[in-house]
Amino acid sequence: MIVYLLCLVLFCTGLYCVLRKRNIIKIIIGIMISEYAVNLFFILTAYRLEGRSPIFSPDADITNMVDPLPQALVHITIMIGLATIMVLVAIAMRIYEKYGTFDITKIRELRG
Amino acid sequence: MIELYSLLIFMIIGAIIAIEAKDLISSVVAVGTVGLGLSITFLVLKAPDIAITQLVVEILCLIVLIRATIKEDLSFSTSGRWAFSTLITAGFIAVFLFVACKCLKELPEFGYPTMRVASTYLKEGLTETGATNLVSSVALDYRAYDTLGEVTVLFTAVIGVLAIVRQVGRKKS
Amino acid sequence: MIKEDEKGMSLIVKTITRLTAGLILLYGIYIVFHGHVSHGGGFAGGVMIALSFIHLMLAYGKEVVFRKLSKAAALFFVTLGAILFLGIALLGFAKGHFLLNFISKGEPFKLFSAGIIPYCNIAIGLIVGAGFFVIFVALVSLKFEKEQKE
Repeated sequence: MIVYLLCLVLFCTGLYCVLRKRNIIKIIIGIMISEYAVNLFFILTAYRLEGRSPIFSPDADITNMVDPLPQALVHITIMIGLATIMVLVAIAMRIYEKYGTFDITKIRELRG
Repeated sequence: MIELYSLLIFMIIGAIIAIEAKDLISSVVAVGTVGLGLSITFLVLKAPDIAITQLVVEILCLIVLIRATIKEDLSFSTSGRWAFSTLITAGFIAVFLFVACKCLKELPEFGYPTMRVASTYLKEGLTETGATNLVSSVALDYRAYDTLGEVTVLFTAVIGVLAIVRQVGRKKS
Repeated sequence: MIKEDEKGMSLIVKTITRLTAGLILLYGIYIVFHGHVSHGGGFAGGVMIALSFIHLMLAYGKEVVFRKLSKAAALFFVTLGAILFLGIALLGFAKGHFLLNFISKGEPFKLFSAGIIPYCNIAIGLIVGAGFFVIFVALVSLKFEKEQKE
């Protein structure tokens, strides 16, 4: 149970960074840390004590494997997180080109 | 289990350094170490497929972030009333962790998962699909719709970035 | 090669890149092709293929890489991979339902086994590799525009 709690502390660290910082790059870093914590939580629920990785090998007969279903889902989620970060960085660079700063308290105009 | 705890504490310390550093390049490098520590944690948890993917994705994120922040530096400025909002945020996080403590008792114990669906995958995966990598067979044969949706998301991200960055039609302003 | 010495990085980086960029590309293609036998798959191998081209671009500048793989060719590979994946999925209609594994499964541990999984891995590797290369080129060219205006 302590392991799950440490994983949630990592998620709360990323959440604090998203809520309290005023630089856009710091907000993107907070989103990355939260996403790492969520992926780690899924893999933690799939671990089996004295387990082995879910790959067959030609000479040994393996009976106790860890759970392969959350591993397949996390495999897909990591790539989706990467695509999201790329779009966020593109938006941040566009904002810098138009306003000249990364500070979110100075970006107050809504005209296009 | 001692290596799992020490890796988790290393990641938490790296995350705290990443959000408190005044220089942008320092915080990007600290996020890089958090990602690499996560890759080693995936190896300890017997998931080498995920560890390979996490490593290369982390390197690509680092390259893009450093390229985006290479000339801008942080102007450090705090206005008043920051103590009030910090207290509210800390209170919210404390309530969240307290409720999570109560909910985490419902999960099965760490190390004994209830594999109701996955036991079918383990027993008949090799004969039904013919692939010896069970993670690939789950992601591309039993749950191929999720992979189709993910390919759609990647395609949309490529189109989205090309639409944000385009220069055509901006010569008038 | 004399007038390309001003762009890109120093001579040490260029020499090492000349040795390692081809090896990274070959390793990425190996991981894509053996996705159903060993670890890896289309996603990890595709990102490695993109990283080899980005490695060349960081060390030598944009012009050298555009002679090998232009932006139009990379966009063509992205759409080719998407159409290939959808085509394999729609062909399953011939024998039953969508996304049916209709090619015969050979013996395990061989390269041509496991039905549609190797071909799906190749299609995903094309989409991911060329897609992230196009994203990186777009972000870098926005940066260069900004530096020329200042």
